[in-house]
Amino acid sequence: MTVTQHIITIALCSLATILTRSIPFLLFRENKETPEFIKYIGKFLPSAVFGMLVVYCLKDVNITAFPFGLPELVCILVTILLHLWKKQMIFSILGGSLLYILISYLL
Amino acid sequence: MKLRALKAAFPNTIPIMAGFFFIGITYGIYMRASGFPIIYPTIMSIIIFGGSLEFVAVEMLLSPFAPVSVFMMALLIQARHLFYGLSMLEKYKNTGFKKLYLVYGLCDESFSINYTANIPEGVDKSWFYFFVTMLNQSYWVIGATTGALIGSLFKFEIKGISFVMTAMFVVIFLDQWMKEKIHISAFIGIGASLVCLLIFGPNSFMLPTMIVILSILAIFKKPFSRLEVEK
Repeated sequence: MTVTQHIITIALCSLATILTRSIPFLLFRENKETPEFIKYIGKFLPSAVFGMLVVYCLKDVNITAFPFGLPELVCILVTILLHLWKKQMIFSILGGSLLYILISYLL
Repeated sequence: MKLRALKAAFPNTIPIMAGFFFIGITYGIYMRASGFPIIYPTIMSIIIFGGSLEFVAVEMLLSPFAPVSVFMMALLIQARHLFYGLSMLEKYKNTGFKKLYLVYGLCDESFSINYTANIPEGVDKSWFYFFVTMLNQSYWVIGATTGALIGSLFKFEIKGISFVMTAMFVVIFLDQWMKEKIHISAFIGIGASLVCLLIFGPNSFMLPTMIVILSILAIFKKPFSRLEVEK
């Protein structure tokens, strides 16, 4: 990518963010009922999007050759266990990532 | 009046400070480790100011230029902000010129503080909201910049650093999962992504994935709407 393409990509991210934050203020008046479709999407979209993002992070993992995606699998499981145990976001992310970095150097 | 609002706002943001410094520093290091100039994380944390999207943007900047996919993905990742806006309509009423910044900086954390805060008597509400938003953003920008500086000290590659993004989304996904009774949407998200990844390959599966997810949600709106999702 060229620097111009970087700038466009970053600008599009910024624009999308500004749009999602400002649309309610531009479109809806106070005390008006939230449109049903928005409510529905609000309930159902977040889990799907975060599930999609987890897969996105793992898109370049090759499970057909050594180490067969095992480091990712193990570190994700460790992250989940740490999070179920302490429910501290920083702790879980740090634990899983440090283990992954360690494994990356050992392999 | 401003000082009073700042004093009232600051304690509310302390828990956010730790988290934003940590994730911001990680983000800055990750950006540098991915080969971007030191100024990128600072600029991006100012003009995007959305943690998840900024992490994903690192990947997007490393991939071939794909503006449509980028814009759609950014919209989907940020879609939850629509609900923050809807919930804040009333509270952000009559905040004058500050409203522009309040809306601009309406991230998850600023929303949760401003939505739930009990603002003390005699403190100007609009300045309180303003300082909460501004403090949160400054933690984030300072964190990202610090991370970029730390990242510059490493002259060697940090192997496996990109896993912080995976771990972050796993944790967010898990938090979301635990809030739900029915996980149908989570399965749709993961299922659609995996199928599209197999068909289209790692460089071009996101756009089809998003279309599939939105289509499934639109087609099954009636039966899904009847489900009680949240605990």
